[in-house]
Amino acid sequence: MDNSLEISETPHLRVRGLNVYYNGHHALKNISLDIPDKKITAIIGPSGCGKSTLLRTFNRLIDTIEGVKVKGEVMIDGVNIYDPKVEVTAIRRKMGLLSQRPCPLPMSIFDNVAYGPRIHGERGRQNLRNIVESNLRHVGLWEEVQDRLHKPASELSIGQQQRLCLARGLAVEPEIILGDESTSALDPVSSKKVEERFLELKNEYTIILVTHILRQAKRLADYVVFLYMGELIEHGPAAELFANPKESLTREYLTGIIS
Amino acid sequence: MASLRKIKERLTCSAMMMLTIASGLLLFVISLGLLLRSREILEMKPIMELLTSSVWKPGRGEFGFWPFIAGSLWVTLLSALLAVPVSLLCAVYLSEYASRTVRAIAGPVLDMLSGIPSVVFGIWGVLALVPLVKDYIAPMTGRFSSGYTVLTAGIVLAVMIVPLIVHVALSVLRSVGNDLRDASLSVGATRWQTVKLVVLRKAVPGLAAAVVLGISRAFGETMAVIMVAGNVAKAPKGLLSPAYPLPALIANNYGEMLSIPLYDSALMFAAFLLLAVVIIFNIAARLILKKMENIR
Ligand SMILES: Nc1ncnc2c1ncn2[C@@H]1O[C@H](COP(=O)(O)OP(=O)(O)OP(=O)(O)O)[C@@H](O)[C@H]1O
Ligand SMILES: [Mg+2]
Repeated sequence: MDNSLEISETPHLRVRGLNVYYNGHHALKNISLDIPDKKITAIIGPSGCGKSTLLRTFNRLIDTIEGVKVKGEVMIDGVNIYDPKVEVTAIRRKMGLLSQRPCPLPMSIFDNVAYGPRIHGERGRQNLRNIVESNLRHVGLWEEVQDRLHKPASELSIGQQQRLCLARGLAVEPEIILGDESTSALDPVSSKKVEERFLELKNEYTIILVTHILRQAKRLADYVVFLYMGELIEHGPAAELFANPKESLTREYLTGIIS
Repeated sequence: MASLRKIKERLTCSAMMMLTIASGLLLFVISLGLLLRSREILEMKPIMELLTSSVWKPGRGEFGFWPFIAGSLWVTLLSALLAVPVSLLCAVYLSEYASRTVRAIAGPVLDMLSGIPSVVFGIWGVLALVPLVKDYIAPMTGRFSSGYTVLTAGIVLAVMIVPLIVHVALSVLRSVGNDLRDASLSVGATRWQTVKLVVLRKAVPGLAAAVVLGISRAFGETMAVIMVAGNVAKAPKGLLSPAYPLPALIANNYGEMLSIPLYDSALMFAAFLLLAVVIIFNIAARLILKKMENIR
Protein backbone atom coordinates (compact mmCIF):
# COMPACT_ATOMS: atom_id res chain seq x y z
CA MET A 1 0.00 0.00 0.00
CA ASP A 2 2.77 2.48 0.73
CA ASN A 3 4.66 2.35 -2.52
CA SER A 4 7.19 4.91 -1.26
CA LEU A 5 8.99 1.88 0.11
CA GLU A 6 9.71 0.81 -3.41
CA ILE A 7 12.30 3.48 -3.77
CA SER A 8 15.50 2.51 -2.08
CA GLU A 9 16.95 5.98 -1.46
CA THR A 10 16.37 7.74 1.80
CA PRO A 11 13.57 10.31 1.54
CA HIS A 12 14.50 13.95 1.83
CA LEU A 13 11.01 15.20 2.42
CA ARG A 14 8.32 13.28 4.18
CA VAL A 15 4.67 14.28 3.93
CA ARG A 16 2.19 12.76 6.36
CA GLY A 17 -1.56 13.31 6.44
CA LEU A 18 -1.36 16.69 4.73
CA ASN A 19 -4.61 18.59 4.25
CA VAL A 20 -4.96 22.10 2.89
CA TYR A 21 -8.12 24.19 2.99
CA TYR A 22 -8.61 27.51 1.20
CA ASN A 23 -11.42 29.22 3.12
CA GLY A 24 -13.03 25.84 3.55
CA HIS A 25 -12.27 24.58 0.03
CA HIS A 26 -10.48 21.28 0.56
CA ALA A 27 -7.58 21.61 -1.90
CA LEU A 28 -5.30 18.79 -0.72
CA LYS A 29 -6.77 15.67 0.80
CA ASN A 30 -4.78 13.60 3.21
CA ILE A 31 -1.55 13.42 1.25
CA SER A 32 1.22 11.10 2.50
CA LEU A 33 4.33 10.70 0.45
CA ASP A 34 8.12 10.57 0.49
CA ILE A 35 10.27 12.60 -1.84
CA PRO A 36 13.60 10.92 -2.59
CA ASP A 37 16.89 12.63 -1.92
CA LYS A 38 19.01 13.99 -4.82
CA LYS A 39 16.49 13.01 -7.45
CA ILE A 40 14.11 14.89 -9.68
CA THR A 41 10.52 14.41 -8.59
CA ALA A 42 7.81 15.57 -10.95
CA ILE A 43 4.35 16.47 -9.69
CA ILE A 44 1.84 15.98 -12.48
CA GLY A 45 -1.92 16.23 -12.78
CA PRO A 46 -4.64 18.23 -14.48
CA SER A 47 -5.12 21.95 -13.91
CA GLY A 48 -6.50 22.81 -10.48
CA CYS A 49 -5.61 19.45 -8.93
CA GLY A 50 -3.41 21.06 -6.28
CA LYS A 51 0.12 20.81 -7.69
CA SER A 52 1.07 24.39 -6.90
CA THR A 53 -0.61 24.13 -3.53
CA LEU A 54 1.45 21.07 -2.65
CA LEU A 55 4.64 22.79 -3.74
CA ARG A 56 3.82 25.88 -1.68
CA THR A 57 3.31 23.79 1.44
CA PHE A 58 6.90 22.59 1.15
CA ASN A 59 8.46 26.01 1.78
CA ARG A 60 5.50 27.42 3.67
CA LEU A 61 4.82 30.08 1.08
CA ILE A 62 1.28 28.83 1.53
CA ASP A 63 1.31 30.84 4.78
CA THR A 64 1.14 34.06 2.80
CA ILE A 65 -2.30 33.24 1.44
CA GLU A 66 -5.11 34.50 3.59
CA GLY A 67 -7.66 32.13 4.99
CA VAL A 68 -5.60 29.05 4.30
CA LYS A 69 -5.43 26.19 6.80
CA VAL A 70 -2.82 23.44 6.75
CA LYS A 71 -3.09 20.22 8.72
CA GLY A 72 -0.64 17.36 8.86
CA GLU A 73 3.12 17.15 8.72
CA VAL A 74 5.88 17.96 6.29
CA MET A 75 9.21 16.68 7.60
CA ILE A 76 12.54 17.91 6.28
CA ASP A 77 15.68 16.48 7.88
CA GLY A 78 13.46 15.01 10.56
CA VAL A 79 11.88 18.36 11.51
CA ASN A 80 8.20 19.07 10.98
CA ILE A 81 8.20 22.43 9.27
CA TYR A 82 4.70 23.19 10.58
CA ASP A 83 5.90 22.91 14.15
CA PRO A 84 5.13 26.31 15.73
CA LYS A 85 8.68 26.44 17.11
CA VAL A 86 10.21 26.29 13.66
CA GLU A 87 11.45 29.51 12.15
CA VAL A 88 9.89 30.05 8.74
CA THR A 89 12.83 31.93 7.24
CA ALA A 90 15.19 29.09 8.07
CA ILE A 91 12.87 26.61 6.34
CA ARG A 92 12.52 28.78 3.29
CA ARG A 93 16.20 29.29 2.76
CA LYS A 94 16.59 25.53 2.54
CA MET A 95 14.55 25.67 -0.65
CA GLY A 96 15.14 27.57 -3.83
CA LEU A 97 11.95 28.49 -5.64
CA LEU A 98 11.67 28.93 -9.39
CA SER A 99 8.26 30.27 -10.32
CA GLN A 100 6.32 30.05 -13.53
CA ARG A 101 7.25 33.43 -14.89
CA PRO A 102 10.76 34.71 -14.26
CA CYS A 103 10.65 37.24 -11.50
CA PRO A 104 13.82 39.28 -11.19
CA LEU A 105 13.90 41.61 -8.19
CA PRO A 106 13.96 45.33 -9.08
CA MET A 107 17.73 45.66 -8.79
CA SER A 108 20.90 44.82 -10.68
CA ILE A 109 21.92 41.35 -11.86
CA PHE A 110 24.61 41.27 -9.19
CA ASP A 111 22.24 42.38 -6.43
CA ASN A 112 19.68 39.78 -7.45
CA VAL A 113 22.11 36.95 -6.81
CA ALA A 114 23.58 38.65 -3.75
CA TYR A 115 20.12 39.33 -2.34
CA GLY A 116 19.76 36.10 -0.34
CA PRO A 117 23.29 36.01 1.06
CA ARG A 118 23.00 39.67 2.10
CA ILE A 119 19.67 38.98 3.81
CA HIS A 120 21.43 36.30 5.81
CA GLY A 121 24.20 38.62 6.87
CA GLU A 122 26.96 38.20 4.30
CA ARG A 123 28.72 41.57 3.99
CA GLY A 124 32.20 40.79 2.64
CA ARG A 125 32.58 42.32 -0.81
CA GLN A 126 34.92 39.67 -2.09
CA ASN A 127 32.77 36.89 -0.67
CA LEU A 128 29.71 38.30 -2.35
CA ARG A 129 31.58 38.63 -5.61
CA ASN A 130 32.62 34.99 -5.39
CA ILE A 131 29.11 33.84 -4.54
CA VAL A 132 27.65 35.78 -7.45
CA GLU A 133 30.20 34.49 -9.90
CA SER A 134 30.01 30.85 -8.90
CA ASN A 135 26.22 30.79 -8.91
CA LEU A 136 25.98 32.54 -12.25
CA ARG A 137 28.44 29.98 -13.61
CA HIS A 138 26.37 27.25 -12.07
CA VAL A 139 23.34 28.24 -14.15
CA GLY A 140 25.40 28.94 -17.26
CA LEU A 141 24.81 32.67 -17.23
CA TRP A 142 28.22 34.02 -16.28
CA GLU A 143 29.64 34.28 -19.78
CA GLU A 144 26.54 36.14 -20.95
CA VAL A 145 26.36 38.73 -18.18
CA GLN A 146 29.81 39.14 -16.65
CA ASP A 147 30.37 42.53 -18.24
CA ARG A 148 27.00 43.98 -17.23
CA LEU A 149 26.56 42.73 -13.69
CA HIS A 150 25.42 46.13 -12.48
CA LYS A 151 22.74 46.63 -15.09
CA PRO A 152 19.10 46.13 -14.06
CA ALA A 153 18.10 42.48 -14.17
CA SER A 154 14.97 43.43 -16.09
CA GLU A 155 17.13 44.11 -19.14
CA LEU A 156 17.90 40.40 -19.56
CA SER A 157 15.91 38.19 -21.91
CA ILE A 158 13.14 36.12 -20.36
CA GLY A 159 15.18 32.92 -20.56
CA GLN A 160 18.19 34.63 -19.00
CA GLN A 161 15.97 36.06 -16.27
CA GLN A 162 14.75 32.59 -15.39
CA ARG A 163 18.28 31.30 -15.05
CA LEU A 164 19.14 34.37 -12.98
CA CYS A 165 16.26 33.50 -10.66
CA LEU A 166 17.64 30.01 -10.34
CA ALA A 167 21.03 31.45 -9.45
CA ARG A 168 19.38 33.70 -6.87
CA GLY A 169 17.74 30.67 -5.28
CA LEU A 170 20.97 28.67 -5.31
CA ALA A 171 22.95 31.49 -3.71
CA VAL A 172 21.50 30.77 -0.27
CA GLU A 173 22.75 27.18 -0.52
CA PRO A 174 19.41 25.40 -0.37
CA GLU A 175 18.99 21.65 -0.17
CA ILE A 176 15.91 21.47 -2.32
CA ILE A 177 14.90 23.22 -5.52
CA LEU A 178 11.21 23.78 -6.15
CA GLY A 179 10.01 24.59 -9.64
CA ASP A 180 6.43 25.48 -10.51
CA GLU A 181 6.06 25.07 -14.28
CA SER A 182 9.36 26.90 -14.47
CA THR A 183 9.81 26.52 -18.19
CA SER A 184 6.29 27.24 -19.35
CA ALA A 185 6.96 30.92 -20.06
CA LEU A 186 10.19 30.20 -21.93
CA ASP A 187 10.99 29.59 -25.56
CA PRO A 188 12.12 26.05 -26.50
CA VAL A 189 15.82 26.88 -26.47
CA SER A 190 15.67 28.57 -23.07
CA SER A 191 13.52 25.74 -21.70
CA LYS A 192 16.11 23.27 -22.81
CA LYS A 193 18.84 25.24 -21.07
CA VAL A 194 16.88 25.28 -17.83
CA GLU A 195 16.12 21.56 -18.13
CA GLU A 196 19.82 20.85 -18.62
CA ARG A 197 20.55 22.77 -15.42
CA PHE A 198 18.07 20.66 -13.52
CA LEU A 199 19.67 17.44 -14.73
CA GLU A 200 23.06 18.73 -13.70
CA LEU A 201 21.88 20.06 -10.34
CA LYS A 202 20.26 16.84 -9.21
CA ASN A 203 23.66 15.51 -8.22
CA GLU A 204 23.71 18.08 -5.43
CA TYR A 205 20.08 18.93 -4.82
CA THR A 206 16.71 17.34 -4.37
CA ILE A 207 14.56 18.79 -7.11
CA ILE A 208 10.77 18.94 -7.14
CA LEU A 209 9.11 20.14 -10.31
CA VAL A 210 5.48 20.83 -11.04
CA THR A 211 4.81 20.33 -14.71
CA HIS A 212 1.86 19.92 -16.98
CA ILE A 213 4.03 18.77 -19.86
CA LEU A 214 4.13 14.98 -19.72
CA ARG A 215 7.05 14.80 -22.09
CA GLN A 216 9.05 17.05 -19.79
CA ALA A 217 8.25 14.83 -16.84
CA LYS A 218 9.42 11.83 -18.86
CA ARG A 219 12.62 13.60 -19.85
CA LEU A 220 13.55 14.76 -16.38
CA ALA A 221 11.86 12.85 -13.62
CA ASP A 222 13.21 9.98 -11.58
CA TYR A 223 10.13 9.90 -9.44
CA VAL A 224 6.57 10.93 -10.26
CA VAL A 225 3.65 12.07 -8.14
CA PHE A 226 0.21 12.11 -9.73
CA LEU A 227 -2.50 14.26 -8.16
CA TYR A 228 -6.14 14.40 -9.13
CA MET A 229 -8.72 16.73 -7.57
CA GLY A 230 -6.61 17.22 -4.49
CA GLU A 231 -5.95 13.56 -3.94
CA LEU A 232 -2.74 11.64 -4.33
CA ILE A 233 -3.63 8.94 -6.81
CA GLU A 234 -0.29 7.34 -7.45
CA HIS A 235 3.41 7.92 -6.93
CA GLY A 236 6.48 5.91 -7.76
CA PRO A 237 9.65 5.69 -9.82
CA ALA A 238 9.14 7.38 -13.17
CA ALA A 239 9.98 4.46 -15.42
CA GLU A 240 7.54 2.24 -13.58
CA LEU A 241 4.72 4.74 -13.32
CA PHE A 242 4.90 5.74 -16.95
CA ALA A 243 5.27 2.15 -18.23
CA ASN A 244 2.52 0.52 -16.22
CA PRO A 245 0.46 2.77 -14.02
CA LYS A 246 -1.42 0.91 -11.32
CA GLU A 247 -4.45 3.16 -11.15
CA SER A 248 -6.90 3.57 -13.98
CA LEU A 249 -7.03 7.35 -13.36
CA THR A 250 -3.30 7.59 -13.91
CA ARG A 251 -3.58 5.57 -17.09
CA GLU A 252 -6.37 7.80 -18.34
CA TYR A 253 -4.36 10.90 -17.57
CA LEU A 254 -1.23 9.57 -19.24
CA THR A 255 -3.11 8.63 -22.37
CA GLY A 256 -4.83 11.99 -22.48
CA ILE A 257 -8.38 10.82 -21.75
CA ILE A 258 -8.60 13.20 -18.81
CA SER A 259 -6.76 16.46 -18.71
CA MET B 1 -17.43 46.27 -43.44
CA ALA B 2 -13.73 46.37 -42.81
CA SER B 3 -13.44 49.93 -44.06
CA LEU B 4 -16.27 51.04 -41.77
CA ARG B 5 -14.41 49.52 -38.84
CA LYS B 6 -11.29 51.29 -39.90
CA ILE B 7 -13.11 54.61 -40.12
CA LYS B 8 -14.56 54.10 -36.66
CA GLU B 9 -11.15 53.23 -35.32
CA ARG B 10 -9.65 56.33 -36.84
CA LEU B 11 -12.49 58.54 -35.60
CA THR B 12 -12.26 57.38 -31.99
CA CYS B 13 -8.53 57.63 -32.12
CA SER B 14 -8.50 61.21 -33.33
CA ALA B 15 -11.34 62.18 -30.99
CA MET B 16 -9.37 60.94 -28.00
CA MET B 17 -6.27 62.71 -29.21
CA MET B 18 -8.18 65.99 -29.58
CA LEU B 19 -9.55 65.70 -26.06
CA THR B 20 -6.09 65.03 -24.69
CA ILE B 21 -4.64 67.99 -26.52
CA ALA B 22 -7.57 70.15 -25.44
CA SER B 23 -7.03 69.42 -21.76
CA GLY B 24 -3.32 70.10 -22.10
CA LEU B 25 -4.13 73.28 -23.96
CA LEU B 26 -6.54 74.36 -21.25
CA LEU B 27 -3.74 74.45 -18.70
CA PHE B 28 -1.66 76.48 -21.09
CA VAL B 29 -4.53 78.90 -21.78
CA ILE B 30 -5.21 79.37 -18.08
CA SER B 31 -1.57 80.10 -17.35
CA LEU B 32 -1.35 82.49 -20.25
CA GLY B 33 -4.57 84.23 -19.24
CA LEU B 34 -3.33 84.74 -15.69
CA LEU B 35 0.00 85.96 -16.93
CA LEU B 36 -1.60 88.46 -19.29
CA ARG B 37 -3.88 89.80 -16.61
CA SER B 38 -1.00 90.25 -14.20
CA ARG B 39 0.96 92.10 -16.87
CA GLU B 40 -0.05 95.44 -15.39
CA ILE B 41 1.71 94.82 -12.10
CA LEU B 42 4.64 93.06 -13.75
CA GLU B 43 5.24 96.16 -15.85
CA MET B 44 5.20 98.41 -12.79
CA LYS B 45 7.53 96.40 -10.55
CA PRO B 46 10.49 94.13 -11.08
CA ILE B 47 9.47 90.52 -10.51
CA MET B 48 12.18 89.91 -7.91
CA GLU B 49 10.85 92.75 -5.81
CA LEU B 50 7.33 91.36 -5.99
CA LEU B 51 8.54 87.95 -4.86
CA THR B 52 10.86 89.03 -2.08
CA SER B 53 9.39 92.20 -0.60
CA SER B 54 7.53 91.73 2.66
CA VAL B 55 5.53 94.94 2.53
CA TRP B 56 1.93 94.38 1.57
CA LYS B 57 0.18 97.73 1.52
CA PRO B 58 -2.01 97.77 -1.58
CA GLY B 59 -3.47 101.14 -0.63
CA ARG B 60 0.00 102.67 -0.97
CA GLY B 61 0.85 100.64 -4.03
CA GLU B 62 3.20 98.27 -2.21
CA PHE B 63 2.76 94.68 -3.28
CA GLY B 64 5.27 92.36 -1.58
CA PHE B 65 4.25 88.74 -1.99
CA TRP B 66 6.80 87.26 0.35
CA PRO B 67 4.43 86.98 3.36
CA PHE B 68 2.04 84.88 1.31
CA ILE B 69 4.70 82.78 -0.32
CA ALA B 70 6.28 82.13 3.08
CA GLY B 71 2.86 81.38 4.55
CA SER B 72 2.16 78.85 1.84
CA LEU B 73 5.56 77.23 2.27
CA TRP B 74 5.20 77.00 6.04
CA VAL B 75 1.80 75.37 6.09
CA THR B 76 2.52 73.09 3.13
CA LEU B 77 5.84 71.87 4.45
CA LEU B 78 4.43 71.32 7.91
CA SER B 79 1.49 69.36 6.56
CA ALA B 80 3.78 67.28 4.35
CA LEU B 81 6.10 66.62 7.27
CA LEU B 82 3.18 65.40 9.36
CA ALA B 83 1.23 63.58 6.67
CA VAL B 84 3.78 61.84 4.45
CA PRO B 85 5.41 59.47 6.98
CA VAL B 86 2.08 58.63 8.57
CA SER B 87 0.42 57.98 5.22
CA LEU B 88 3.19 55.80 3.87
CA LEU B 89 3.38 53.71 7.02
CA CYS B 90 -0.38 53.40 6.99
CA ALA B 91 -0.40 52.30 3.35
CA VAL B 92 2.37 49.77 3.98
CA TYR B 93 0.48 48.39 6.94
CA LEU B 94 -2.76 48.07 5.01
CA SER B 95 -1.09 46.55 1.99
CA GLU B 96 1.39 44.19 3.59
CA TYR B 97 0.22 43.34 7.08
CA ALA B 98 -3.48 43.99 7.55
CA SER B 99 -5.94 41.13 7.20
CA ARG B 100 -8.37 41.06 4.35
CA THR B 101 -11.18 42.15 6.66
CA VAL B 102 -9.29 45.23 7.83
CA ARG B 103 -8.48 46.11 4.22
CA ALA B 104 -12.08 45.64 3.20
CA ILE B 105 -13.15 48.14 5.86
CA ALA B 106 -10.29 50.58 5.32
CA GLY B 107 -10.88 50.95 1.58
CA PRO B 108 -14.36 52.50 1.71
CA VAL B 109 -13.46 54.54 4.80
CA LEU B 110 -10.51 56.06 2.95
CA ASP B 111 -12.72 56.81 -0.05
CA MET B 112 -15.17 58.55 2.21
CA LEU B 113 -12.51 60.54 4.04
CA SER B 114 -10.96 61.76 0.80
CA GLY B 115 -14.39 62.88 -0.31
CA ILE B 116 -15.19 65.05 2.73
CA PRO B 117 -15.56 68.72 1.66
CA SER B 118 -12.68 70.81 2.89
CA VAL B 119 -14.98 73.24 4.66
CA VAL B 120 -15.84 70.44 7.08
CA PHE B 121 -12.17 70.01 7.92
CA GLY B 122 -12.02 73.78 8.37
CA ILE B 123 -14.88 73.73 10.87
CA TRP B 124 -13.26 70.87 12.73
CA GLY B 125 -10.06 72.94 12.86
CA VAL B 126 -11.88 75.97 14.25
CA LEU B 127 -13.86 74.02 16.83
CA ALA B 128 -11.23 71.56 18.00
CA LEU B 129 -7.73 72.63 17.02
CA VAL B 130 -7.88 76.39 17.47
CA PRO B 131 -8.85 76.15 21.16
CA LEU B 132 -6.30 73.37 21.66
CA VAL B 133 -3.49 75.50 20.28
CA LYS B 134 -4.68 78.66 22.04
CA ASP B 135 -5.34 77.21 25.49
CA TYR B 136 -2.83 74.35 25.77
CA ILE B 137 -0.06 74.29 23.20
CA ALA B 138 0.79 78.01 23.08
CA PRO B 139 0.79 78.45 26.89
CA MET B 140 3.17 75.48 27.15
CA THR B 141 5.73 77.52 25.23
CA GLY B 142 4.90 80.53 27.38
CA ARG B 143 3.43 82.56 24.57
CA PHE B 144 0.10 83.98 23.69
CA SER B 145 -1.56 82.83 20.51
CA SER B 146 -4.97 83.33 19.01
CA GLY B 147 -4.95 79.66 18.03
CA TYR B 148 -5.11 80.61 14.35
CA THR B 149 -1.59 79.58 13.40
CA VAL B 150 0.72 77.79 10.98
CA LEU B 151 0.51 74.82 13.32
CA THR B 152 -3.28 74.71 13.20
CA ALA B 153 -3.40 75.02 9.42
CA GLY B 154 -0.62 72.46 8.98
CA ILE B 155 -2.47 69.91 11.08
CA VAL B 156 -5.78 70.48 9.33
CA LEU B 157 -4.11 70.11 5.94
CA ALA B 158 -2.24 67.01 7.07
CA VAL B 159 -5.48 65.39 8.21
CA MET B 160 -6.99 66.28 4.85
CA ILE B 161 -4.25 64.85 2.69
CA VAL B 162 -3.51 61.68 4.68
CA PRO B 163 -6.47 59.76 3.24
CA LEU B 164 -5.60 60.94 -0.24
CA ILE B 165 -1.98 59.81 -0.03
CA VAL B 166 -2.88 56.52 1.69
CA HIS B 167 -5.48 55.82 -0.96
CA VAL B 168 -3.12 56.29 -3.89
CA ALA B 169 -0.12 54.67 -2.16
CA LEU B 170 -2.21 51.65 -1.22
CA SER B 171 -3.25 50.99 -4.79
CA VAL B 172 0.36 51.44 -5.90
CA LEU B 173 1.56 48.87 -3.34
CA ARG B 174 -1.20 46.42 -4.21
CA SER B 175 -0.16 46.59 -7.85
CA VAL B 176 3.24 45.11 -6.99
CA GLY B 177 2.95 41.47 -8.00
CA ASN B 178 2.85 38.72 -5.39
CA ASP B 179 5.43 36.83 -7.47
CA LEU B 180 7.93 39.41 -6.37
CA ARG B 181 7.07 38.98 -2.71
CA ASP B 182 7.26 35.19 -3.08
CA ALA B 183 10.67 35.46 -4.74
CA SER B 184 12.02 37.44 -1.82
CA LEU B 185 10.37 35.35 0.90
CA SER B 186 11.54 32.12 -0.69
CA VAL B 187 15.21 32.92 -0.12
CA GLY B 188 14.42 33.36 3.56
CA ALA B 189 13.73 37.08 3.79
CA THR B 190 11.40 38.25 6.52
CA ARG B 191 8.25 40.11 5.67
CA TRP B 192 9.78 43.45 6.63
CA GLN B 193 12.92 42.78 4.58
CA THR B 194 10.70 41.95 1.64
CA VAL B 195 8.73 45.16 2.03
CA LYS B 196 11.80 47.32 2.52
CA LEU B 197 14.10 45.85 -0.10
CA VAL B 198 11.71 44.74 -2.80
CA VAL B 199 8.15 46.05 -2.56
CA LEU B 200 8.98 49.65 -1.66
CA ARG B 201 11.75 49.73 -4.20
CA LYS B 202 9.44 48.59 -6.91
CA ALA B 203 6.78 51.05 -5.78
CA VAL B 204 8.97 54.17 -5.44
CA PRO B 205 7.73 55.95 -8.57
CA GLY B 206 4.11 55.39 -7.69
CA LEU B 207 4.60 56.35 -4.05
CA ALA B 208 6.37 59.53 -5.10
CA ALA B 209 3.40 60.34 -7.31
CA ALA B 210 1.10 59.84 -4.34
CA VAL B 211 3.18 62.20 -2.22
CA VAL B 212 3.36 64.83 -4.95
CA LEU B 213 -0.38 64.65 -5.37
CA GLY B 214 -0.91 65.11 -1.63
CA ILE B 215 1.48 68.03 -1.34
CA SER B 216 0.02 69.76 -4.39
CA ARG B 217 -3.38 69.40 -2.84
CA ALA B 218 -2.17 70.92 0.44
CA PHE B 219 -0.45 73.75 -1.39
CA GLY B 220 -3.56 74.68 -3.32
CA GLU B 221 -6.11 74.10 -0.56
CA THR B 222 -8.08 77.24 0.12
CA MET B 223 -11.16 76.85 2.25
CA ALA B 224 -9.81 74.91 5.21
CA VAL B 225 -6.76 77.14 5.37
CA ILE B 226 -8.69 80.42 5.29
CA MET B 227 -10.66 79.27 8.29
CA VAL B 228 -7.74 78.41 10.57
CA ALA B 229 -4.53 80.09 9.39
CA GLY B 230 -5.21 83.54 10.85
CA ASN B 231 -4.66 85.44 7.61
CA VAL B 232 -2.20 88.06 8.79
CA ALA B 233 -0.11 89.45 5.95
CA LYS B 234 3.25 88.89 7.61
CA ALA B 235 5.75 86.15 6.97
CA PRO B 236 5.38 83.58 9.77
CA LYS B 237 8.23 83.42 12.27
CA GLY B 238 7.36 80.04 13.67
CA LEU B 239 4.72 77.41 14.14
CA LEU B 240 2.68 79.62 16.45
CA SER B 241 2.60 82.63 14.12
CA PRO B 242 -0.42 83.19 11.93
CA ALA B 243 0.00 82.64 8.19
CA TYR B 244 -1.67 83.98 5.08
CA PRO B 245 -1.12 81.47 2.27
CA LEU B 246 -1.57 82.45 -1.38
CA PRO B 247 -4.89 80.69 -2.02
CA ALA B 248 -6.39 82.40 1.03
CA LEU B 249 -5.19 85.77 -0.21
CA ILE B 250 -6.90 85.30 -3.55
CA ALA B 251 -10.14 83.91 -2.19
CA ASN B 252 -10.46 86.53 0.54
CA ASN B 253 -9.87 89.54 -1.65
CA TYR B 254 -10.85 88.78 -5.18
CA GLY B 255 -13.74 90.92 -6.27
CA GLU B 256 -13.28 93.39 -3.45
CA MET B 257 -11.39 96.63 -3.20
CA LEU B 258 -11.25 96.83 -6.96
CA SER B 259 -10.95 100.60 -6.66
CA ILE B 260 -7.36 100.18 -5.57
CA PRO B 261 -5.13 100.39 -8.61
CA LEU B 262 -3.15 97.25 -9.50
CA TYR B 263 -4.97 95.19 -6.85
CA ASP B 264 -6.79 93.03 -9.34
CA SER B 265 -3.60 92.50 -11.29
CA ALA B 266 -1.72 91.59 -8.10
CA LEU B 267 -4.24 88.88 -7.25
CA MET B 268 -3.92 87.49 -10.78
CA PHE B 269 -0.20 87.34 -10.26
CA ALA B 270 -0.78 85.43 -7.03
CA ALA B 271 -2.92 82.91 -8.89
CA PHE B 272 -0.27 82.60 -11.55
CA LEU B 273 2.35 81.94 -8.88
CA LEU B 274 0.21 79.24 -7.36
CA LEU B 275 -0.26 77.51 -10.67
CA ALA B 276 3.39 77.85 -11.63
CA VAL B 277 4.59 76.36 -8.35
CA VAL B 278 2.31 73.34 -8.65
CA ILE B 279 3.37 72.73 -12.25
CA ILE B 280 7.08 73.16 -11.52
CA PHE B 281 6.79 70.91 -8.49
CA ASN B 282 5.17 68.15 -10.52
CA ILE B 283 7.69 68.40 -13.32
CA ALA B 284 10.62 68.43 -10.90
CA ALA B 285 9.32 65.34 -9.13
CA ARG B 286 9.01 63.57 -12.46
CA LEU B 287 12.54 64.50 -13.48
CA ILE B 288 14.01 63.34 -10.19
CA LEU B 289 12.23 60.02 -10.55
CA LYS B 290 13.52 59.62 -14.07
CA LYS B 291 17.04 60.15 -12.75
CA MET B 292 16.50 57.56 -10.04
CA GLU B 293 15.15 55.04 -12.54
CA ASN B 294 18.28 55.40 -14.61
CA ILE B 295 20.55 54.81 -11.64
CA ARG B 296 18.74 51.64 -10.62
N1 LIG C 1 -5.53 31.47 -3.14
C1 LIG C 1 -6.51 30.58 -3.33
N2 LIG C 1 -7.71 30.77 -2.78
C2 LIG C 1 -8.72 29.90 -2.95
N3 LIG C 1 -8.62 28.77 -3.66
C3 LIG C 1 -7.44 28.50 -4.26
C4 LIG C 1 -6.32 29.39 -4.11
N4 LIG C 1 -5.28 28.88 -4.81
C5 LIG C 1 -5.74 27.72 -5.35
N5 LIG C 1 -7.02 27.49 -5.01
C6 LIG C 1 -7.81 26.32 -5.40
O1 LIG C 1 -7.16 25.16 -4.99
C7 LIG C 1 -7.17 24.18 -6.01
C8 LIG C 1 -5.76 23.77 -6.36
O2 LIG C 1 -5.09 24.88 -6.91
P1 LIG C 1 -3.59 24.81 -7.43
O3 LIG C 1 -3.20 26.18 -7.82
O4 LIG C 1 -2.76 24.12 -6.43
O5 LIG C 1 -3.77 23.91 -8.74
P2 LIG C 1 -2.66 23.49 -9.81
O6 LIG C 1 -2.66 22.01 -9.83
O7 LIG C 1 -1.38 24.15 -9.55
O8 LIG C 1 -3.31 24.02 -11.14
P3 LIG C 1 -2.58 24.61 -12.43
O9 LIG C 1 -2.03 23.46 -13.19
O10 LIG C 1 -3.69 25.27 -13.18
O11 LIG C 1 -1.54 25.57 -11.97
C9 LIG C 1 -7.93 24.77 -7.17
O12 LIG C 1 -9.25 24.27 -7.13
C10 LIG C 1 -7.93 26.24 -6.91
O13 LIG C 1 -9.13 26.82 -7.36
MG1 LIG D 1 -0.24 25.69 -10.56
